Amino acid sequence: MIRPGKMIKQVLQSIFKKPATTRYPFFKSEPPKSFRGKLKFYPERCIGCKFCMKDCPSGAITIIKAGEKQFECEIDLAKCIYCAQCVDSCPKKALEATNEFELASLDRDKLKVTFRGKPS
Amino acid sequence: MAITLFQMLVFPGFLFLSFFGLAAEYFDRKLHARLQNRVGPPWFQPLADFIKLVSKEDVIPEDANPRMFKMMPIFALTSTVTAFFYIPLWRHAGLYSFTGDLIVVLYLLTIPTLAFFLGGWYSTSLYSKIGAVRSITQLFAYEVPLFVSILSPALLADTWSLKGMTIFYAAHPWYWIFNLLGFFVSLVALLGKLEKVPFDIAEAETEIVAGTFTEYSGRLMGLFRLGLDVEAIVGSSLLAAVFLPFGLALPAGLGFVVYLAKVLFIIALLTLARTVFARLRIDQMMELCWRYIAPMAFLQLLIVLVIKGVFLK
Amino acid sequence: MHKVMIPIGPQHPALKEPESFLIALKGEKITDFAVRLGYNHRGIEKACEERTYIQDIYLTERICGICSHTHSTAFVQAVEEIAGLAMPKRALYIRTIIGELERVHSHLLWLGVAAHEIGFDTLLMYTWRDREIVMDLLAAVTGNRVNYGINTIGGVRRDISPEQTKDILSGLKKLEERTKYYIDVATKETTIIKRLSNVGVLSKKNALSLGAVGPTARASGVDRDTRRDDPYAAYNEIDFKVITDDHCDVYGRTLVRCGELMESYKILRQALQNMPEGPLTVKAPRKIPAGEAVSRYEAPRGECMHYVRSNGTEKPERVKVRAPTLANVQCVAKMLEDRQLADLPIVIAAIDPCFSCTDRLVAVKEIGSRKRIMKWDELREYGIHWYQHQGVDFTELNKRLKRKMK
Repeated sequence: MIRPGKMIKQVLQSIFKKPATTRYPFFKSEPPKSFRGKLKFYPERCIGCKFCMKDCPSGAITIIKAGEKQFECEIDLAKCIYCAQCVDSCPKKALEATNEFELASLDRDKLKVTFRGKPS
Repeated sequence: MAITLFQMLVFPGFLFLSFFGLAAEYFDRKLHARLQNRVGPPWFQPLADFIKLVSKEDVIPEDANPRMFKMMPIFALTSTVTAFFYIPLWRHAGLYSFTGDLIVVLYLLTIPTLAFFLGGWYSTSLYSKIGAVRSITQLFAYEVPLFVSILSPALLADTWSLKGMTIFYAAHPWYWIFNLLGFFVSLVALLGKLEKVPFDIAEAETEIVAGTFTEYSGRLMGLFRLGLDVEAIVGSSLLAAVFLPFGLALPAGLGFVVYLAKVLFIIALLTLARTVFARLRIDQMMELCWRYIAPMAFLQLLIVLVIKGVFLK
Repeated sequence: MHKVMIPIGPQHPALKEPESFLIALKGEKITDFAVRLGYNHRGIEKACEERTYIQDIYLTERICGICSHTHSTAFVQAVEEIAGLAMPKRALYIRTIIGELERVHSHLLWLGVAAHEIGFDTLLMYTWRDREIVMDLLAAVTGNRVNYGINTIGGVRRDISPEQTKDILSGLKKLEERTKYYIDVATKETTIIKRLSNVGVLSKKNALSLGAVGPTARASGVDRDTRRDDPYAAYNEIDFKVITDDHCDVYGRTLVRCGELMESYKILRQALQNMPEGPLTVKAPRKIPAGEAVSRYEAPRGECMHYVRSNGTEKPERVKVRAPTLANVQCVAKMLEDRQLADLPIVIAAIDPCFSCTDRLVAVKEIGSRKRIMKWDELREYGIHWYQHQGVDFTELNKRLKRKMK
């Protein structure tokens, strides 16, 4: 039946329901398990093939040689698009995507993160 | 003299009206949000908006007429505040009253629309001109039903002053039932006067940016917004005084609470209408008002005349 | 009455993305209408030529936020056709599932936006609240709410576990119930019907001659759907109906999109139940052999077409994207003939404009005036000369550039 104010019943019921908004940042909702957030690098597994650098769409990851069979990784969080293609390209599973997404910073230099291995 | 000045400026005059207007805007926005399953703004939001607007610079377009541009918000605000002095709130009479003050109040409430039109026209911007013309066109649609439906209870009471009407209805407690159709018609017309959805055609955000208010910013915009809020209160108080005239003989404190409840009830009805309808086009609104609302207003008039002539002789 | 020229856009509350429309008004009647595209042109087609195929998947995905899976899948399908890969069935089914979830999310978004354009904010809030269910499902399956990144050359990157399947099915049940309510509201609420009926009328003849695609064409009775006419992914094994309507106006487009929502739920259920086991990817070479291919995909807005030409190296030689909005935006002028200004936002919103998809390279042949196509270096020279003519001095900028390059 066509009548004006068709939504009125639902609308009045909403007064008694909890609002659907999550009041971030007081209440945070957890991102799902497979969320692609900040990357994590395991220096002991890296073999320096640089497939990750080749496949990165924005050139955010750099592998630097730090000694005999020792590699460091520098990730620019500002350039990274969090696609996790480097995670898939790595043959030795040295990269992993974590759940961290609150990465905003007031200083651009703080956004370049370096992962170093323990000095042997 | 001092007491009169206090009453005009502070309570129940200008200051009380402004703060009540802001509080009513908070109530309206919070209710609108809760009906939409959202959280809504905190209680100080309208006051914060007003203070922020007043502290910013007003930009006047180069082609605009500066004096008229600046005077329009003041006209809108002062005419509604003046109209408020004649409306009975929680006693039988307003601050002032004289025979014929009902007509004066209705005319004073037309001035804000004229101020919106002139403000938009003198802005000389394309969007403002279209909004201004729409606002005046809308006036032709809702003015007649509003006048006729508010004058019907006055006809029943045989007087043109608001004080006389409230005294009449206090003497005959159940006569307000005859005016229910008029109440519905004047609610619809009040939606048109306050330019709320479904009749917010003059300020349609998605079509003409902000209509008459496009070029206004800073203090002038703050005064316009305050004028809109105050107009909502004054319109609701008028409707409450004319159609819901009970509780006027109670002692002052209780009467004040009853007055607040009446005004907030009417504002809640306006918010409900805002939530469940879409915006109409200007030609659809004219058709609606002239084909359905105006005949209902005249029907109300007929009912009142019949009752007066036949039953109350 | 006096004639007024009004610009709608590039910045305007009615448009979600920048585009310039110039209309001539007489009172409230629209007498003339002109479109100017190009405000969202980012040079993506040229950028695709500088990057490898794997990097291009992510670049094409970011052509648009709402139809991201569309562009990524269309590109990957074209490349796989050139390379002649035999796709595993499970990968095709997963692509279909994500594509249909994207269609659900896009149509719910459109319902909200259309309601906002006619001033009905309540429907906007409600549909976008229910859209969150789809976004959470997509985030759980692919790892992100938009720009899913699920495609790779030769298959998909992630699998859908049985637990996620259960979540999707329970989410679908909730969505179906809410969609039925919205269809009820959209077809029975008086003010919505008044604003949407007889607005933006496009007859079947005009739709065919102007080349409309997607729900815009299907609402005028044109029975075309790429999923049925030219099946890709897993659509040749799924049974579904193509929704058409005869209203030819915005109301018809609303009905078509709501009908497509219900069909999407059916498709999703079938795909989840019939998904075969198997590998997720097939090994794809890094250097794609020379060749060219055209791939079509039914985006939520219509038919999206990608053309890829390769020359045996790791980077494509030419990528061309034709988004559905480019075909539909030509029809807006026809729809707005003799209408009022108040109808403009809803008519533009009814073709579901996605100007980020649209602004790709368009070569316009002007009859009579000099036709000139510039090459890349010619364009660069032209730009430098133009700025020097305006008085910009390049010596300081060149010094800074040299210092940065060191």
